[in-house]
Amino acid sequence: MADRAELPPSLVRNPELDQWLTIDAEATVTLRTGKVELGQGILTALTLILADELGVEPVRVRVAVTRTGVAPNELVTAGSMSIEQSGAALRQAGAWARRLLLAQAATVLDADVATLDIADGIISAPGGNQTVSIWELQGGRDFGTTIDELAPERSPTEHRWVGRGMLRVDLEPKLRGAGVFLQDLELTGLCHARVIRPPGPNHRLARFDRSRIEREPGLLGVVVDGSFLAVLAESEYDAIRIAGRASAAARWHDAERLPEVADLSAYLVANESAAFPLREGVPVEAEVPPLTWPLGARRVVAEYSRPYLMHASLAPSAAVALLNLDGHLTVWSHSQGIELLRGCLARALRMDTDKISVVHTAGAGCYGHNGADDVALDAALCARALPGRPVMLQWTRQQEHQWEPYGPAAHVRMEAALDERGRICGWSHDVWGFTHMGRPMPGGDGLNLLAAGHLAEPIPRAVPRPALRAEVGIHRNAWPIYALHAPRVVKRFVADSPLRTSSLRALGAHANVFAIESFMDELALAAGHDPVEFRMNHLDDRRARAVLERVVALAGGLDCPSPGTGTGTGTCTYTKPSRGRGVAVARYKNQASYAAVVVQVAVDPDSATISAEQVWIAADAGQVIDPDGLVNQLEGGAVQSLSWTLKEAVEFGRDGVTSTDWDSYPILRFSEVPEVMTVLIDRPEEPSLGAGEATQGPTAAALGNAVFAATGLRLRDLPMTPERLRRTAAGPGDA
Amino acid sequence: MRVIVNGVSHELDVDRNVPLLHVLRDALGLKSVKLGCGLEQCGACKVLVDGAPEFSCRRTVGEFEGMSLVTLEGFANETLHPIQQALLDHNAAQCGYCLSGILIAARALFDANPRPSRREIQIALDDHLCRCGAQPRILNAFCELSANG
Repeated sequence: MADRAELPPSLVRNPELDQWLTIDAEATVTLRTGKVELGQGILTALTLILADELGVEPVRVRVAVTRTGVAPNELVTAGSMSIEQSGAALRQAGAWARRLLLAQAATVLDADVATLDIADGIISAPGGNQTVSIWELQGGRDFGTTIDELAPERSPTEHRWVGRGMLRVDLEPKLRGAGVFLQDLELTGLCHARVIRPPGPNHRLARFDRSRIEREPGLLGVVVDGSFLAVLAESEYDAIRIAGRASAAARWHDAERLPEVADLSAYLVANESAAFPLREGVPVEAEVPPLTWPLGARRVVAEYSRPYLMHASLAPSAAVALLNLDGHLTVWSHSQGIELLRGCLARALRMDTDKISVVHTAGAGCYGHNGADDVALDAALCARALPGRPVMLQWTRQQEHQWEPYGPAAHVRMEAALDERGRICGWSHDVWGFTHMGRPMPGGDGLNLLAAGHLAEPIPRAVPRPALRAEVGIHRNAWPIYALHAPRVVKRFVADSPLRTSSLRALGAHANVFAIESFMDELALAAGHDPVEFRMNHLDDRRARAVLERVVALAGGLDCPSPGTGTGTGTCTYTKPSRGRGVAVARYKNQASYAAVVVQVAVDPDSATISAEQVWIAADAGQVIDPDGLVNQLEGGAVQSLSWTLKEAVEFGRDGVTSTDWDSYPILRFSEVPEVMTVLIDRPEEPSLGAGEATQGPTAAALGNAVFAATGLRLRDLPMTPERLRRTAAGPGDA
Repeated sequence: MRVIVNGVSHELDVDRNVPLLHVLRDALGLKSVKLGCGLEQCGACKVLVDGAPEFSCRRTVGEFEGMSLVTLEGFANETLHPIQQALLDHNAAQCGYCLSGILIAARALFDANPRPSRREIQIALDDHLCRCGAQPRILNAFCELSANG
């Protein structure tokens, strides 16, 4: 038996072949995965992988609903790891099933197993006279086999669908307006609930005058548990209307206000922090090495920052919960981690885990850990008040904006030295940030579900701790991709965040790559080198070099072809219409996909508005499974990053978050999106790499570099709003 | 009160003060109409009202008495409407929550002008937020439809 450590981690956790697939009775194959569709197209890619490996047409593959206790447990759909984890597991499951089916067929057909293969579920004896189908052999029956070694997989040359792709399996029903989202669930006896949140993060309910809503038509119940307040009603609009009345009937104690934060960077740097130097990308508990520089070297210093950002899902988070009369609780959720949620619900509700099922149901895109898990507890608390009836609870838009766990702010201080030939001879990167690890975890000392802290017997949030694994959280992509001598990289973990934070797509990679790749342009300028040439001079990784070369070729270089062009030398003004291009490159987590991005901006002198006109992307995700799905993820990541980088900041005062809707938290609109062109470097011989978070960092830096090319103004603090551009142009001390 | 929805006349026994969206979703079961903000800020709730795209999340059903409404359910039977087909052919979506509103706006645009420019398409869709960043391929899909129209 081979070493189980060679098996994909998802198979080590879920080794039974029947956990992954079933050869159905009716000429179809059921695929089971613990990863969930978030709009990223994962179910399409997994379908392609299994179809090819087993030997059936993709239309025969049906994806089962992901439900706790039934689907393989793959923890969380996050970190751009679904292809690497679930894809690897399903490929092995397909290879195992094929091997077992061919062995059976060899007996039935009295043929040498080495001469047999499966083509759309049919196995033919040599000569083709005798055939047997996998449905005849195995239809509707379990394999009863444990995967304990690697089965031989098909070579890329045998793939018919992997690398070619297909139309998204989930798209047509969405285009037809079929009720496929959780918010559309229709269950017998379904009723609706709304939660009434405290006016600020620390307020406690003082008094609730129930009599003021008791006669409201449609009211089914009121839940008051500590400071958790919710109303249940027959229809959704009844719930909305009554929640409005209930809000007016609630009185709250005065609460401790949030700290005064005029400048997030200053707050991060001044606050108590724990420092961890990185060794080859891994934070260690050790003395922070002092800054030392070669004698006579030229030093360059720059500091960068990003604010808190919102996931800002287009749909407010929602869940449906049903407490059966036998005491079993079923929760329909768009959580990224239904098994973790199940364990956390059990803790919050003080129930046995096996008395709870969580069924994944599609939500709007979440881009990380948003309110999905929190609202599941809200709905469950309401369902307990009305056993036997399913209760749907959706947050309001304002609640989503004000209560979701935000992507944390960060501050980055870069310092480097250049030798006389203009090569980097010293490198330092300090990154300050709050935790990105806010997901609810069943173990540990606290519970990261919002309402758990509001209950009469509250369970507080887990104390944030610095994550010290490679490439997570604050230090994701802090380690440079460049071949540098003894880089000094320090993670500085600030525990005390004014706002609740968790994982937002790309985690620390957005701020760190923005800083590194902006800084590389600043160093290139200081060295008097072209930005691309300067990068190439320090880049050994051939795949990184390849995407950088490809993207520059795709864009036709970094000079703008049209009049009003910035030349890259910078004019330190935006008083004339100007254009510029910038480039950046990174490998996500220094272990997933490579992406290089060129952005072209136009700067309008009257409004000081920066517009992204064109984006070019070159990416290497190893073996490509679904080319268009991959392009879609890379493009979407780039557009979302443009929105973050140009426009977004969670604003808050001492009484809470003031970014409460789309007017106070604007995001990129149709009139503002650029044209995007993407090329893929397919490497069928290399493992497939996650790509959903590959372009956010490079896009942010390419944008800043393009603004510099257009105006000579270096924007180091995000977002790059007109106000920021004006202040930067006004000069130091003000910016 | 009476409204015509997707060509069918409905006599509704509802509170006239309920926002149209909730009547469409709950009383008529038209789940394509999406609640995204309830503030007329995101466009997910738009429906065609006498051919023009309108928000349905705040305005009350009483304001639409006697009017002819179209939701996404009224677009297609067996075959998709060309604007739906254009998005399907381009995999022009990620999560898809915004699609219904976008298709409503695009339908109104293409009904009025079968050959809109890219800029005209952008303007017509500018009430609609898409958080996944699928806008470039949605625009490409509609630009191609325009070129072939």
